[in-house]
Amino acid sequence: MTVATSKRFSAPADLEQFRDQLLRRTRPSARTVRVCIGTGCAAKGSRKLYELFVQAMKEGGGEVEAAKCVGCHGFCERGPIVVVQPGDILYQRVEEPDVAEIFRETVLGGRVVERLLYEDAATKTRAKTAREIPFYKAQQRIVLAHNGEIDPRSIDDYIAVGGYSALAKALATMAPEEVLVAVERSGLRGRGGGGFPTGRKWRSCRDAHGQPKYVICNGDEGDPGAFMDRSVMEGNPHAVIEGMIIGAYAIGSHQGYVYVRNEYPLAVEHLKWAIGQARERGLLGDDILGTGFSFDIRINRGGGAFVCGESTALMASLEGRPGEPRAKYVHTVEHGLWDKPSNLNNVETWANVPAIVNNGADWFAAIGTAKSKGTKVFSLVGEVVNTGLIEVPMGMTLRRIIFDIGGGVKGGRQFKAVQTGGPSGGCIPAQFLDVPVDFDELTKLGSMMGSGGMIVMSEDTCMVSVAQYFTHFLMDESCGKCTPCREGLAQMHNILDHITHGEGQPGDIGKLERIGTILEVAALCALGKTAANPVMSTLRYFREEYDAHILQKRCPAKQCRGLFRYEIGVELCKACGLCRKHCPAEAISGAKKTPHVIDQAKCTRCGMCLEKCPFNAVLKV
Amino acid sequence: MADEKVVEEIVRRYDGEIGMLIPMMQDLQAACGYLPVEQLRRMADRLEVPLSRLYAVATFYTSFRLAPKGQHEVTLCVGTVCHLKGAGAISEMIRQEFQVEAGGTTPDGLFSFQPVNCVGACALAPVMIVDGKYYDGVTKDSAMGVLRKLPLAPEAIKAEGKK
Repeated sequence: MTVATSKRFSAPADLEQFRDQLLRRTRPSARTVRVCIGTGCAAKGSRKLYELFVQAMKEGGGEVEAAKCVGCHGFCERGPIVVVQPGDILYQRVEEPDVAEIFRETVLGGRVVERLLYEDAATKTRAKTAREIPFYKAQQRIVLAHNGEIDPRSIDDYIAVGGYSALAKALATMAPEEVLVAVERSGLRGRGGGGFPTGRKWRSCRDAHGQPKYVICNGDEGDPGAFMDRSVMEGNPHAVIEGMIIGAYAIGSHQGYVYVRNEYPLAVEHLKWAIGQARERGLLGDDILGTGFSFDIRINRGGGAFVCGESTALMASLEGRPGEPRAKYVHTVEHGLWDKPSNLNNVETWANVPAIVNNGADWFAAIGTAKSKGTKVFSLVGEVVNTGLIEVPMGMTLRRIIFDIGGGVKGGRQFKAVQTGGPSGGCIPAQFLDVPVDFDELTKLGSMMGSGGMIVMSEDTCMVSVAQYFTHFLMDESCGKCTPCREGLAQMHNILDHITHGEGQPGDIGKLERIGTILEVAALCALGKTAANPVMSTLRYFREEYDAHILQKRCPAKQCRGLFRYEIGVELCKACGLCRKHCPAEAISGAKKTPHVIDQAKCTRCGMCLEKCPFNAVLKV
Repeated sequence: MADEKVVEEIVRRYDGEIGMLIPMMQDLQAACGYLPVEQLRRMADRLEVPLSRLYAVATFYTSFRLAPKGQHEVTLCVGTVCHLKGAGAISEMIRQEFQVEAGGTTPDGLFSFQPVNCVGACALAPVMIVDGKYYDGVTKDSAMGVLRKLPLAPEAIKAEGKK
């Protein structure tokens, strides 16, 4: 359904004319099937679903317009997700055999297939569209507005929903200074972690001496448990590119870089595609939209190093060197990539820019809290019912996010903490669930916004073990350049390892705190300075768990091996003998029809009996 | 492509710009499956930089490997969510049963094993990726089931033997 495919726009008016043409061709009654091919749905076989729909259309005919591959809808928990137009009917957990039924009933017949709709567990009501599902209801989508709606590989789709109109507006009607002022007044702050005012960064870069100037998009989303940027790059790559071109215009840059994580092959593919299409259309390259402004973008894939998410390390990597950060007193806006003024923003920050230019600074500034404007995308994961990607206005409380949108803790367990801000963030306990989420509030709690990972933990999670996990992660990923981070983390991990193995000593907590403080003060880069956060925040809120490990040699969450026992419930045991057969230590005894018993002296606490028991009769005590 | 031409072609692709060293090495790895030392030497000569410069990059970034990879590629996510859901135990079991180290290859060359920090598919945790195919919600049993069924191609073993 492309119109005049190879057309290059030589003026902003050409773009508008093309958009009109596209919209006129799309009838509101057109029947389309949108299949999500984000990493989550694709892993569950959604590409095959797409092929089956295409095949069904060829054979079934009718007046079907198209089957479309679209980016992540966010509701990964319920994937693969298929949306049918008209009516926006959302089908979840679609499997291959369902395709024929959806095609026959909904696409051709206009009837709804009830059993594939989302059903609310509490009310037993079925939701026909996304808007009726609690997961989506409380969200406000700016960055993710078109995710799940457009085909990320089609620039026409992006243009049809208003894409590149902000670029045309900026180039044709605004001076670079006006764009800068708009971004400054909007109150947009960097979405990558630091929360630095974007407009101020842009201005510093523009005012810096030296040419050329570079703009860089940080797509090295290294925080485990976070996939906001992946979904934006995969689902709506043009929004990122458009934001970068507008930024480059405001700053006076002609060369941009997108640095994408090695683990995100689909994001790289979609960005490459998008850059190619934008060049063909005259939206990227020389003389953009015939306005005389030139700018181009290059993609670099990361090498799999967490530290490269740090701006100076990322630039070192772009120069083809190991990604080691350098001291921050030399600002990258003045001396960045190749020692030239460089402006680096995160994927989500760039993707906000077109909406700000289009709708104005006041519109954006009206959303959110006093000092954190707009929305934030979070990946809501862990022990939560509705896992997925959400976008909410800044200032929403943790409780609304985790319980209203997320549906609470899985399996009816108690909520213990939510970990925000990635590995160097912190764990926030239940008493702060009503705190509004924004940059400053989270920092006050000893955590941080970070890039937007939110990992929900239940009563079954041991906080000492969580701290150990993150410390191990950071120790592994430490680049090794500065001593506090390289040696401090190793020592902290060593102490935590002892504690979780029941070998903790009374003075250990004091040692952890001392090393943590040294890291905060003396480490070279932001990653090192915050690397003690997981330990410090769990010490702050869950000190009694540390004490239980150290003093009583007991793990309250019953997770640390050796710090709790396995016992067989007398009333639950059916004497089937499976545990006895599988026990590698031959610690279980019991005859036919009599409840089995674990000999605690022989037991190695491997947990095999718990795994093998079909009656859940093995208990952790 | 003949061995000597690989490096030449890759370097030309990036106009010999040293800033593009990482992409060049990524392309070399894509072409050879790993970074053979003779090819790295060739690339260093061609770019007129010391070999140590390339070695620094190859050993800093986890995605580069200096030894041949196995016939299959097994990636196990050990990010936070996968960790909470038991990826650690799965990793331990794989390493034990197949006698493979993290980042290494099984003795029979069946597969290379790479635990990674988050593939960004947390809704599917724990996630294992085998030759590009995602397995979601894996358990110790299901993961081992997939790996035990991986076919070992006999001709590849012969080729290894020749070297």
